[in-house]
Amino acid sequence: MTLTRFLVRRILLCILVLWIISVAVFAMWFIAPHDPARLLAGKEATPQTVALITHRLGLDQPILVQYGQFLGRLLHGDLGYSYYNSEPVTHLILTRLPVTISLAVGAAVMWLAIGISAGVLAATRPRSLADRVVTSCSLFFYSMPVFLLGVLLLYFLFYRLWTAGIHLFPGSGYASLSNPVQWARYLFLPWLTIALGAAATYSRLTRSGLLEVFGQDYVRTARAKGLSGSRVLYVHALRSALTPIVTQAGIDIAILFGGVVIAENIFGLPGLGALAVQSISTQDLPVIIGIVLLSSFFVVAANIVVDLLYTVLDPRVRVH
Amino acid sequence: MSSAGLAIERGAQVPAQGTRVTEGLSPWQLAWRRLRKDRLAIASAVVILIITAAAIAAPAFAVLTGHGPNQQFTTTGLTVQGLPKPPSGQFWLGTDDLGRDILVRIVYGARISLFAGVVASVLAVAFGTVVGMFAGYFGRVTDSVLSRGMDVVLSMPFLLFAIALVAIVGPGLWVSVAVIAFFSWASVGRVTRAQTLSIREKEYIEAGRSVGAGSLRIIFIDILPNVIAPVIVYTTLLIPASIAFMATLSFLGIGIVPPTADWGNMISESLQYYRVAWWFVLFPGFALLITTLAFNLLGDAVRDALDPTTERIFAQR
Repeated sequence: MTLTRFLVRRILLCILVLWIISVAVFAMWFIAPHDPARLLAGKEATPQTVALITHRLGLDQPILVQYGQFLGRLLHGDLGYSYYNSEPVTHLILTRLPVTISLAVGAAVMWLAIGISAGVLAATRPRSLADRVVTSCSLFFYSMPVFLLGVLLLYFLFYRLWTAGIHLFPGSGYASLSNPVQWARYLFLPWLTIALGAAATYSRLTRSGLLEVFGQDYVRTARAKGLSGSRVLYVHALRSALTPIVTQAGIDIAILFGGVVIAENIFGLPGLGALAVQSISTQDLPVIIGIVLLSSFFVVAANIVVDLLYTVLDPRVRVH
Repeated sequence: MSSAGLAIERGAQVPAQGTRVTEGLSPWQLAWRRLRKDRLAIASAVVILIITAAAIAAPAFAVLTGHGPNQQFTTTGLTVQGLPKPPSGQFWLGTDDLGRDILVRIVYGARISLFAGVVASVLAVAFGTVVGMFAGYFGRVTDSVLSRGMDVVLSMPFLLFAIALVAIVGPGLWVSVAVIAFFSWASVGRVTRAQTLSIREKEYIEAGRSVGAGSLRIIFIDILPNVIAPVIVYTTLLIPASIAFMATLSFLGIGIVPPTADWGNMISESLQYYRVAWWFVLFPGFALLITTLAFNLLGDAVRDALDPTTERIFAQR
């Protein structure tokens, strides 16, 4: 019963947040001077043509009417049509989504594997050489802006290898999952770009979480009972240390689902982030709103899922 | 982070290691001592000071080298094929695609990075702290409204929003600073709110209220000093994040408009030339990396100094 109430409340809040965001995007767009009809009609167009296009797009109606129509369609799962190529926005988004999801999921697997194992390594041997190396590396990659890492990887792992005759990773483009080897080759550098910075955060979280848990009574008790070091680590300590990491991971992955602007930009991947950037330069409002709403939806939905997961992972937490 | 307030109280009763001083030292003095002993922190602070000095003295670099930041040396600064020239006695860090001096442009770029990083962080922290304290102290409807506001900001895909916003209002330094501050305040607000929630229930707040102190007085005189430690830690860690954010905006073409030099737009311009001019990519990149690294190292040291529990964990092993 409490779970149902919790879910209903959270879903209502989620809808409220999404609604505020949709109003914000809509308002932002109409406050500023812009004229997609003129852009669409081209430089040579007569005022009549521009007026016709304006009318066809429904841009001559009051903002409130436009917003009402938008909201009405949205409730039917319809995000409208792109101004630019008259394609349904949902279709445009669906064709780009696989690229972005491939990028996000692969990167997440990579950063969780690197981050958590590095964190465990550092925490089980505090102040050792391994700890120092992990801590320094994580600080280094944590400080590295994502776009800079992308550019450096492009330079060293694509260009330098390529000129040396090693054609290991392509510099740009995308291959669909139907050819898994090609798919991974194209995505490896973008994955690394996203994953290394995130892995730095996760190794720090894992390390500090584990060290905190190691200091607690129940871990001491487990050790005193004579349990082996690895059993204490993997069964007792890691479980509670990983709880905050699950939260972070859920939200981080959801953010990536909404478009990986920088990595898609540097490596020429046709994902949602690239679509968003392109739509902004063509002032394609329906597409922009669609992407922004979808990516916000991923984040709020992830928040709910993560809260539910929390209760599974940590029996002390009760939803209310 | 949540126990930072408590940790300071505990720290205050213990004299700093290696000293025989028995008279009371304030938590700030204790933190300062710990920070001063941290060699890495001192080194990072020195690096930050050098970068700041270089940024302030940027016009001096232009005068000494005789190269203005936007001056194009089309004959001496470009190869016969019109490509960037490698580092030499005349151009220490080489030239870019328009024959401009990269060293001079990096120093001018430091002005933008430091200014945007510090100003955006201070704005975000000031606003976030006030909102967080109000939400935590007043509770009820105020808390619900402010907390939902923070939820909304934290749920926004900030890069997409920033791109959309800048596409509408046009790029510029202040727009970028506003964008960075807007997407950073909410996390500060959350931290401050959580701290305020626990402080609100303390006896001294109740005592203050019983002698007739107003809400604003309690918030700014009694609560603020007790949430300031995590806020300071947050600020020092927010500055490098804001510097990176600023460079990212410029890299995507929505931050600082060329020809004004910024590390982000320098790296973005260099992308077409990385095959022929490594110095064009690497030097602005290193400038950016060294700056964010130094600030992060200092921020970590400040956190360790203000929150001695990080050391206690080691002691328990």
